[in-house]
Amino acid sequence: MAEATIAPTYTPISKKTKFLRRYGMAYLFISPFFILFCTFALFPLVYTFWLSFNNWDGMSPSKFVGLANFIRLFTVDEFFKLSIVNSFVLGFMCLVPKLSLALLVAVAIHSARLKLKDLYQVAYFLPIITSPVAVAIVFLTIYGQQYGILNYILTRLGFHAVQWLVVSSTVKPAITILIVWHEVGWFMVIYMAGLQSIPQDLYDAASVDGAGAWASFWNITIPMLQNVILFTVVIDIIGELQIFGEPYILVGPAGGTNRAGLTMSMNLFSNAFTNLRFGYSSAQAYVMFAIISIISFLNIKIFGRSGLR
Amino acid sequence: MSTTYTTGKQTEYHAPFHIRRILRRAIIYIAVTFGALLCLFPFYWMFVVATRPSGEVFSFPPVVVPGTLLFENIQNLLKMVPFIRSYGNTLFYALSVTTLVLFFDSLAGFAFAKYKFPGQNFLFGFLLATMMVPGLVMIIPWFVEMKFFGWLDSYKALIIPSAVDAFGIFWMRQFIMDAVPTELIDAARIDGAPDFGIYYRIVVPIITPALGALAILVFMGCWNNLISPMIILSSPEKFPLTVTLKTLVALRLTDYGALMSGTFLSVLPIIVVFLLGARRFISGITAGSLQGM
Repeated sequence: MAEATIAPTYTPISKKTKFLRRYGMAYLFISPFFILFCTFALFPLVYTFWLSFNNWDGMSPSKFVGLANFIRLFTVDEFFKLSIVNSFVLGFMCLVPKLSLALLVAVAIHSARLKLKDLYQVAYFLPIITSPVAVAIVFLTIYGQQYGILNYILTRLGFHAVQWLVVSSTVKPAITILIVWHEVGWFMVIYMAGLQSIPQDLYDAASVDGAGAWASFWNITIPMLQNVILFTVVIDIIGELQIFGEPYILVGPAGGTNRAGLTMSMNLFSNAFTNLRFGYSSAQAYVMFAIISIISFLNIKIFGRSGLR
Repeated sequence: MSTTYTTGKQTEYHAPFHIRRILRRAIIYIAVTFGALLCLFPFYWMFVVATRPSGEVFSFPPVVVPGTLLFENIQNLLKMVPFIRSYGNTLFYALSVTTLVLFFDSLAGFAFAKYKFPGQNFLFGFLLATMMVPGLVMIIPWFVEMKFFGWLDSYKALIIPSAVDAFGIFWMRQFIMDAVPTELIDAARIDGAPDFGIYYRIVVPIITPALGALAILVFMGCWNNLISPMIILSSPEKFPLTVTLKTLVALRLTDYGALMSGTFLSVLPIIVVFLLGARRFISGITAGSLQGM
């Protein structure tokens, strides 16, 4: 006599429930990012794209103007063009010393295997953690009008005092010095990390072959760091083109004498929030987006393929 | 008396090898130390100006020794701007964003790292792509939307959109993939642990160092943020430290002692936080950025 076994009752579960049960938590966990992104980034981005074809001052109804904003940006607007030139010049002036110094110091500390390496890292990194406003204020007093401490050092060394922030030709160097000082440590730390991944055998083999320090620097260190250097160049340029705080504090919202310190971001800011031209500045923001994207793309193309020479 | 020389390179006189090496090391030490001192000098100068009467800032020759007037300068500062209020605002803003980011980013990183779900790769790629948009481009869209929401002059506009960030998720995912053994999670699942419990009891304790580094990064970013608060806030008593200091500068007053004491006070917490976690923070940064390549 076989016992009648009771088959468990089978309740059909819908595919949808199965799907949710299996993957629901995962989607839940990642949802905050996508919800926030779509709400606060994607939608506004799309909306301001439409806004760039309008004129709007934030209060009265917007007025459709087609391509007028874009045309005006490229033809009539002096300050926009100047701000782009300024940003590029400033970016280039900052990029080269910043990355070279960072690399040199990183190599120096790493290769000489200095003790107190950590201490040096902390010292060089300290400027980075401070806000652009704070460092710009300190440098305001270092540059001064006529009698800043920097000028004092210069006069003692036999040079003339320079009115750094007043004369338009020295505004950019002044900003450059501040920015280089502010950001060298960041790249130095990145380069040091990269240096640690270079096997020591390469250097040993090179020195057996008679290579001096300089030769092994050019032929081993730089090629091995190629990816790292490319990475930092791209990142840096994108950042440089968007500098706002330092020039703003050093020379004011208008960019100082002859607007020598007017960067793209400062110009955008004044168009949007001082002149209340939201449509126009939306167009400007998109043009800047295009410029930055093209530059990044070009960088990767140029430096990625042929290496750094 | 003739001395026989051997031919070849051995006849050239090089300084003994070890002297050359010592010399080179010395030069490197001096140069690198000089650079480090250059990096540190503005901080020292900030402290000097903050502790001296304002008129001495531009004296020739300059006074380079700290003074005793820190408290007087602070008092003058407090007369000009609501500095303490500003401090509180900044602290509130930075702490809120940091807690939210730590929570949401690690949760999402956990999901991307240890779960498999349809569309995972596409969604992650999308996330990476969002990092390509320069922040500057987002400012006007963000402002316009805050206007629609009615969130102008409120910290909601600053905190909520920043509650999750792509870089943090990327970093967390990387760390969790490396540091959290999947077997551990499987074992917990077999024991019937709920997903959130796994996150809270297994993942979080393991990723604490990465959370610490991310926390410092986010905190720092908020503390030093100028542009967004400057745009969105209009009541001076709501300003964070960066905007308050900028207002002081824009007033073009000549009380540099007060201004610098404010700057000094605003920088101090960050420096302290940084020095406490410096080594771990720096190694976290380098690990994160190297993985970006």
